[in-house]
Amino acid sequence: MTSPSRGAVSLAPPGPEPTGLGRFGEFGGRFVPEPLAPALADLEREFRVAWASPDFRGEFAGLLASYAGRPTPVTECERLSERLGVRVLLKREDLTHTGSHKINNVLGQGLLTRRMGKTRVIAETGAGQHGVATATAAALFGLECLVFMGAVDVERQALNVWRMRLLGAEVVTVESGSATLKDAINEALRDWVATVESTHYCIGSVVGPAPYPWMVREFQRVVGDEARPQCRDLLGADPDFVVACVGGGSNAIGTFTAFLDSPSRLIGVEAGGLGLESGRHGASVARGVPGVLHGARSLFLQDEDGQILEAHSVSAGLDYPGVGPEHAALAATGRAEYPSATDAEALAGFQLLAATEGIVPALEPAHAIGWLEREAGRAVPTGSTVLVTLSGRGDKDAAYVAEQLTGEPIA
Amino acid sequence: MKLESHLRERREAGRSLLVPYVTGGLGAAWLDVVRAVVDAGADAVEIGIPFSDPVMDGRTIQEASQRALDIGATPAKVVAEAAQLEVEVPLVVMTYYNPVLRAGHERFAASLADAGFDGAIVPDLPLDELDGWGGAAEDAGIETVLLAAPSTPPERLRAICDRSRGFVYGVALMGVTGARERLAAEAVEMGRRCKAATDRPVLVGVGISTPEQAVGAAAAADGVIVGSALIARLLRGGGPEDAHAFVAELRAALDA
Repeated sequence: MTSPSRGAVSLAPPGPEPTGLGRFGEFGGRFVPEPLAPALADLEREFRVAWASPDFRGEFAGLLASYAGRPTPVTECERLSERLGVRVLLKREDLTHTGSHKINNVLGQGLLTRRMGKTRVIAETGAGQHGVATATAAALFGLECLVFMGAVDVERQALNVWRMRLLGAEVVTVESGSATLKDAINEALRDWVATVESTHYCIGSVVGPAPYPWMVREFQRVVGDEARPQCRDLLGADPDFVVACVGGGSNAIGTFTAFLDSPSRLIGVEAGGLGLESGRHGASVARGVPGVLHGARSLFLQDEDGQILEAHSVSAGLDYPGVGPEHAALAATGRAEYPSATDAEALAGFQLLAATEGIVPALEPAHAIGWLEREAGRAVPTGSTVLVTLSGRGDKDAAYVAEQLTGEPIA
Repeated sequence: MKLESHLRERREAGRSLLVPYVTGGLGAAWLDVVRAVVDAGADAVEIGIPFSDPVMDGRTIQEASQRALDIGATPAKVVAEAAQLEVEVPLVVMTYYNPVLRAGHERFAASLADAGFDGAIVPDLPLDELDGWGGAAEDAGIETVLLAAPSTPPERLRAICDRSRGFVYGVALMGVTGARERLAAEAVEMGRRCKAATDRPVLVGVGISTPEQAVGAAAAADGVIVGSALIARLLRGGGPEDAHAFVAELRAALDA
C-alpha cells in the first residue's frame, strides 16, 4: 500500500444520518430477503463505527490523495462560457485515477471490506466505470473480485470489460431480463445471498438497501465538499446552478450534499433517451412512481401492475429504471430539480465540450452538458454561474459514439 | 387462522407437511396443475405471482416467471383465476413486494381474501419492514408467512417466529431457490432452530428437489416446500399428470 504523499484531502465531518431504518423522507429502507437482513445490519454498524474513527477517515483521505489523485480541480471553461452566455465551471472527476468519481466510493468500501475481514467483493456495473473502479480497489487491497454486467453493456463497453479482466476481476455476463444494469444488480444480489459470509457487495451508486444510499453518499460527498470552496475562490460566491447527471445518482448526491444549505439551484439531469413521450428513457424521477426494487423504496419506471420497465439510454451508466432514495426525497421537497436530456442532446454535449474545451466527457455527464446547452439563455438565464460535475472521462465511449454519429464502426 | 389451523391439524394427525409451489399463469393448464398437486397430497399450495425482478429466485423460477409474463400473466389475472380453484387445502400467494405496493396494501389484501387465499409470502419484506402490509393483511384475514434464514441470529429468530402467521418458512440454505445436488447441511439445523423457537408449524424450503431430500429436510421440521423441481418439469413440457406423479412421489416418501 502506498503512503499518502499529498495529504491535501480533508474530509468534512460526517453528514446527517437517514432517519428510522434508512429513511430519506418516505423513501429508502431495507427491503431484502431475510438471509441478507442480518448482514446489512452488521454493515451499517461497521460503517457507522468506521466513519466516526479518525484512523479510518485518515486512511480514506490518504488514499483519496495518494492513489485517486484528489483533490480534483474545478476548471473554468472560457470558450464554452462564451458560446453559451453563462459562466461554466467543471468539477473534474474525469481526472481521478480510473477516470470517474466511482473511485471515491470503492476506496471507502474497499477499506471497509478489509476492516470486516471479508476476502471477496462483488459488484454490478453498467458503463463499466464502477466495475473498473471495484476491480482496481480489489487489486489494491488484495481481494477476489467478481463483476456482474448486462450482456448489452458488455457489448457496448468492451474496453472496460477488458480492463476489468486485466485488473484480475472475473466478469460475469448477465443475460436475464433487459440484460443491463438492473439485471446485473439482481444477479449480484443473488450471488450475495449465497456468499454473504465471505463477501462484501460493493454497490456502485446511492441505491440499494440501507445502509448503502447513506454510506455511498458519505464516500462521494468529497466531490461537493471540495467543489464548494473551489467555486468560492473562483466566483466569490456559490454558483447559481449546480448540475450533475443522475442514473442511480451517486455523483449528483456527492456534489449536492455540500450545497444543500446554499442558495444554489440543484439540477440532476436524467437520461431522456429517445424523449420522455417515447417511453424509451431513464427518467425515473420525472416519470417513475413510488415502488420497491433492489432493497429500497424510491421512484421506479414500472407498469400499472408493478412490473419494472426497461430503461433506455445511449449511456450505459444511466440505463437504470430507478433512482437513489435520497434523490426521490430531494425531488419531493423540491430542493433539487430533475429535468432530462435526450440521447441526441447528450451526443451534442459530448462533441461540444470536446470541441470548445479539449475535454472529452463520458456519455453520462455529457447529458449535463447537453442540458446546459439547451437551457442556457432559457431556464439558465444569460450571465448565470454554473458548476457542472464532470463525473467521468469519455475514452470508454469514443468508439461507441463514433459509431452512433457515423453509423458505422471505426476500424 | 385457516392456514395455520389447517397445518396444525394435519401435523397433529402425524402427517409430514408438503407444500408445492406453482407459478401462477404458467401456461393454460396452470389451474389444473394446482388441482393435480392437491390431489396428489399437498397440504397447502404456494401460488407465485410472476415478477420482472425476482431476486430471491434462481434460474428455474426466473424462467417460469418470464414465460408467464410473456403470455400475459398479471397479478390481478393470477389472483382472479385462482378464485376458480375449489380445492380443499389453503392457498398461499408468493409475491414480491412491488406489485403489492403498486396495487395498494388494502386493495391487494382484499383481492386475495376475495379469491380465497389464506396466506401470503412476500420474500423481500422482512420483519423490519412488515408494518404497512402486515396490518392490512391481518385485517383482511390473510396470514403473512415470514422467512427465517441460517444467518438469522437467535433473538431475531424468536421475533420472526412470533410475528409470522400460518407457518414459519425456514430457508434451508444461504442462497436463492433452485434444485441442488444434495440437501444443504444447514437444512436440518434450520428446522431444528425454528422448532425450538416456536410451536407454529415450521416448513423448510429452498433447494429441496427430490423425495430423499424432502425426507431429510422434514426430519427436524414439520414439512417441506418444493418449488423449482416441480416447475422444471413444467418448463420441460410436463403437464398436470407429471406434476401429480412428482408430488405423489414426494408424498409417498414423506409418509413412509
